Amino acid sequence: MRITCPHCGERDRREFYYSGAEDYLHRPGEGAEPAAWDAYLHLRDNPAGVTRDLWHHSLGCGAWLVVTRNTVTHAVLGVETVEKEQDQ
Amino acid sequence: MGIFSGYSGLRVIAEGLTGNKGWKPVWRDPAPKDSYDAIIIGGGGHGLATAFYLAKNHGMTNIAVLEKGYLGSGNIGRNTTIVRANYFLPGNSEFYSHSLKLWEGLEAELNYNVMHSQRGIINLFHSDGQRDAAARRGNAMVNQGDDAVLLDRPRLRRMLPYLDFDNARFPVMGGLYHARGGTARHDAVAWGYARGADMRGVDLIQNCEVTGIDIHAGRVTGVQTTRGPIRAGKVGMVTAGRSGQTAAMAGMRLPVESHVLQAFVTEGLKPAIDHVVTFGMGHFYISQSDKGGLVFGGDIDMYASYAQRGNLPAVEHVMEAGMALMPMIGRARVLRSWGGIMDMTPDGSPIIDKTPIEGLFVDCGWNYGGFKAVPASGWCMAHLMATGESHEVARRFRLNRFETGHLLDEEGTGSQHNLH
Repeated sequence: MRITCPHCGERDRREFYYSGAEDYLHRPGEGAEPAAWDAYLHLRDNPAGVTRDLWHHSLGCGAWLVVTRNTVTHAVLGVETVEKEQDQ
Repeated sequence: MGIFSGYSGLRVIAEGLTGNKGWKPVWRDPAPKDSYDAIIIGGGGHGLATAFYLAKNHGMTNIAVLEKGYLGSGNIGRNTTIVRANYFLPGNSEFYSHSLKLWEGLEAELNYNVMHSQRGIINLFHSDGQRDAAARRGNAMVNQGDDAVLLDRPRLRRMLPYLDFDNARFPVMGGLYHARGGTARHDAVAWGYARGADMRGVDLIQNCEVTGIDIHAGRVTGVQTTRGPIRAGKVGMVTAGRSGQTAAMAGMRLPVESHVLQAFVTEGLKPAIDHVVTFGMGHFYISQSDKGGLVFGGDIDMYASYAQRGNLPAVEHVMEAGMALMPMIGRARVLRSWGGIMDMTPDGSPIIDKTPIEGLFVDCGWNYGGFKAVPASGWCMAHLMATGESHEVARRFRLNRFETGHLLDEEGTGSQHNLH
């Protein structure tokens, strides 16, 4: 599997650290109920098909990336920086 | 069970002398009925064991197992067959202890040869700190009533002379020896439970994919399948790596992320590795099958996947770790590799529990350790579905433990999806 970093171009999977589903981008606000924290930290859609997850280009430029992938075929469908995702 | 209905050495001889005409299909192939007392979704090891113990321990025989492919077509046929009870935490320890005791009686119970081989497992350690942790784990195992022996370097060298004891990065200082651990023939476990359940009247329905779970007023009433609707007041979801999709049909999200774990087998060799050996620091473990192939693996590929095949970095890592630990295997040729889909939970421990929907139960989250758990998982899931109460040895495998903070973090690495 190769991931195209928006800064560095197409790179080997080994340069990237996998953090988990994009749920981690949606941190509950202060005072949120325990159920909201549980959903944020633990509960997952876990799709067989297209998913969006967070990767860190730890052995490259250090950017945090949102990768759109297919979990059945391992095809990488799109990569964007977290920064840009959150601007949209 | 007489000579001509069960399996025995005498029967093999008798059949051999009469042209082997007496062997019959091992289970029926029934069409689904309109309604059952209970339905189990998933005809793998855990689902078939659940059906077997529902029938045997609780007298529930008007039940069906629904399998989308063929029986045993998932992880029960794709694992590295290790059976052990070397857990530390209360909650895990008594469960796996119970499972190992069931393994020890399984062949007699099922009248089926699952080739259970208690060849012993050795977990290696490489530092003083790891030795302390191994001693502590061993004490916990002994306190649980299981067996553990701390091996020093000379004793270990007599047992495993082929290790690279003086490896520069991870010198081998000893091992924790669990003599009752070992391996079993994975497919035979599924077949044995399937046969036992079928003999007690359970309908094992293959090529029957569940496409919907019917819920009315907070109660489960049945399932929709590719072979029509089936009613049932109790439904158990036992679908391992596919648990997320199954639960989604009931409108639930689970604390599960599915990952791929690879395994490898070499060409058949003469007996060389007599035990199961694990090299935790390198993410490598190995045993030798009765056919002679070295069966080994390492860690998961570390990203969500349903592909049943992995990527090359994990292959390279496993091969490197194997070569670092036991250079003698370097000339063996790898015949096959494959991947299985692991239902990973944030704390690395499983779930056997009710759901918020009445009559709907879930058994999942086996991470990469589901095979050894098959007997106790079936035993406890059957107890839960029959009585509505958690079994004593599975009472901490709660669905809501992540919300309440009652974690079972055996590795002590935290409760986060990418840490186990």
